[in-house]
Amino acid sequence: MARNKILLEMRGIVKNFPGVRALKGVDFFVAEGEVHALMGENGAGKSTLIKTLTGIYQRDEGSITFDGKELNPKTALEAQNAGISTIYQELNLVPFQTVYENMYLGREPRTKTGVIDRKAMITGCEQVLADLGIHINVTAPLSAYGTAIQQMVAIGRAISVNAKLVIMDEPTSSLDTKEVRVLFDIIKKLKAKNIAVIFISHRLDEIFEICEHVTILKDGTLSGEVDIGEIDQLRLINLMIGKEAKQLERTKKGYTLENAETLVEMKDIRQGTRLNGLGITIKKGEVLGLAGLLGSGRTELSKVLFGATQPDEGEIFWMGQEQKFKNPKDAIGLGMGFCTEDRKVEGIIPHLSVRENMTIALLPQISKMGVVSASKQRQIVDEYIKRLAIKTPTQNQPIRNLSGGNQQKVLLARWLCMNPKLVIMDEPTRGIDVGAKAEIEALIQELASQGISILMISSEIAELERNCDRVVVMREGRKLGELIGDDIHQDKVMEIIASGGGELENIGGAANE
Amino acid sequence: MSNTVRTKADTVATLKKYSAVILLLVFLVINAVITPNFFSMGTVRNIIIQSCTIILTGMGMTMVISTGGIDISVGAVMALAGIVTVKLLPYGVLTACIAAIFVGALSGAIAGFMVGKLRVQAMVVTLALMIGVRGVAQILNDAKIIYISGDNADSFKMLGSASLGGIPIQIIPIVLAVAIVWFVLEKTILGRHIQAVGDNPSSAQLAGINSTRTLMIVYISSAVLAAIAGIFATAKIGAADGNSLGLLSELDAIAAVAVGGTCMSGGRAKIFGTVIGALIMLLITITVNMNNITYEYAQVLKAFIIIFAVYIQRDKAA
Repeated sequence: MARNKILLEMRGIVKNFPGVRALKGVDFFVAEGEVHALMGENGAGKSTLIKTLTGIYQRDEGSITFDGKELNPKTALEAQNAGISTIYQELNLVPFQTVYENMYLGREPRTKTGVIDRKAMITGCEQVLADLGIHINVTAPLSAYGTAIQQMVAIGRAISVNAKLVIMDEPTSSLDTKEVRVLFDIIKKLKAKNIAVIFISHRLDEIFEICEHVTILKDGTLSGEVDIGEIDQLRLINLMIGKEAKQLERTKKGYTLENAETLVEMKDIRQGTRLNGLGITIKKGEVLGLAGLLGSGRTELSKVLFGATQPDEGEIFWMGQEQKFKNPKDAIGLGMGFCTEDRKVEGIIPHLSVRENMTIALLPQISKMGVVSASKQRQIVDEYIKRLAIKTPTQNQPIRNLSGGNQQKVLLARWLCMNPKLVIMDEPTRGIDVGAKAEIEALIQELASQGISILMISSEIAELERNCDRVVVMREGRKLGELIGDDIHQDKVMEIIASGGGELENIGGAANE
Repeated sequence: MSNTVRTKADTVATLKKYSAVILLLVFLVINAVITPNFFSMGTVRNIIIQSCTIILTGMGMTMVISTGGIDISVGAVMALAGIVTVKLLPYGVLTACIAAIFVGALSGAIAGFMVGKLRVQAMVVTLALMIGVRGVAQILNDAKIIYISGDNADSFKMLGSASLGGIPIQIIPIVLAVAIVWFVLEKTILGRHIQAVGDNPSSAQLAGINSTRTLMIVYISSAVLAAIAGIFATAKIGAADGNSLGLLSELDAIAAVAVGGTCMSGGRAKIFGTVIGALIMLLITITVNMNNITYEYAQVLKAFIIIFAVYIQRDKAA
């Protein structure tokens, strides 16, 4: 398929952050009137690449040519003036103002006397939206409409500023099926106007339906760039999560837990559109992996188990007893711990010391009448600093001053010092250097051998292959299949994900061949 | 080379850490030079008597602000506590004081419930209480000043005027409040929970902390401390005035907390910082008074000090 004239040409883009090279020389080309998917897992560099394009970050190396001219945007406004509009996940509109005011925000037309020309705004706004097939009362406040319409207004705004390129960052994540159809119709209309669209989404089906071309990033490098017609889901997944060069080998052989007691059983869990009726069981001393792409519901499922969110439907059994967790406290009381995916947002308490961070959940056990025993606290923290080889100058160091790997160890110690029965680990090795990664993986094995169960979530399938006794493969809030013991292979996991909506039995069978 | 850089950064950090203390020392030195008779027992007595309100409310405010909230109802709670005490004085000093503290705690419980359970913004909740509680105080005394009289009047007034070996009785609530709040924040589970909830609420929740309970306790404590401040202030004045007692006290308390280096967005409580902040605010007033400068200048100076102190302590990393 012949491509149109190239509209956007990004070459050799490099972006460094303190200690991390987020983009390692990425090329990215978008043609006029093309719907172009930009894909990659968390940390692949998608949003960094977009932000260097829209002026939010300044690139360290490389060049950008847009519409025949060199582009060096310093601010989002500069990029917008050049013809690049971004529709963010969190809409940056003013909800309490009217639809038409939002459409013309910051560029209101004036009458001869210098006052705002509302008539022109209203007719102009109606015109733009009518072109997109949207007929709403534009004098109502934007907040009167749902996310979908708000998004359409944002797109309308982008068109009316003469955008040549519209970037949509996960536009469908909060839309229902019908709204997605409307959005797709609008994308087709943009295409007809020769406006290019960069479409960022984790939903593979959508990519294959609406996009013509796809660029895949992985770990800050270009992993692939193809016409959508030349690729299938399996290859696409391969390019996204790909195979990592095997640094570490699978340590376990076979599956030895057939007769182990069941610790947790979750049945038919449903929650909004994220979890669509799935269940898992975890045995005592088992390392259970959850595999799937972003948005498959892995984290959501584990949060339900931990009581951090409540399911709409479904049952949870803990050692055979049905449980209804109101909050994490209930789950912690039974012997659960949760090392979250985003340590900064949901893990560390940044200004408190290593000591306080490690013992925050344990305090009731080392206190009398609410007064913490400082000596017991010190002793326990010392023990875990040694046992997990945590590198910190003192116990008093605020945790935010530690490296990612050491923060993770402190958070892990937070649960280990409680003698847990189950530890949920969401992306336990993300943002951690190779050495610390091996240590954490070794620790997971050690814990399992002591009879502690681990629920492990990872986007790195190789990591699951190395560490898990069993892996449940998920997609869009459903369980697609399960791999046991030596059957756990990256290829098989990817095959199962790619086979997507197929029949459960078939996939299970295929995976067990 | 890198060594020198680090030393410099360390110096800056140390200066930052002790900036409130340094500021206090600067004020003492200035006063030693310009104010006649500054270093005298009279000044010390003065400081103790006058700092009672600001330190008591400041202790409560330090806790509230470390949870990421704010309590602007403390002045109104002081007024209500004063009125309740005077009204119930015929039933005995102790009964009257306990009743006043109980009424204060009730106001705190409302604030804690609204903020902790219903997740309404602390500023709005305590603003409403500030208006409503002062309204109740004025209704109770028909918007008049009640002078303390009757059987228990003299013993109650002792709470304002007694002294222990020359030191005003207000030293007792001051020392107790600072000691207890310090103990709670540094030594107890509650103290950890307060700072964790203020520092990172989602991490705190996922670590199993009951933030509703924590916030309830914090707002009740703040109101109880305000009620005690109200009782002592009433005893000192010898009258309860629902209209003016504790007026703007919340702002003094917040200023003391800010100057003392507690982070306004929550997480780090500086108990002694607040004490020092309170003393700085007070010293400005005393300096101005003792040098016969009009009070308006003190206000302008206070404004500069607040902004300056918060500016040096700002967290660039955050």
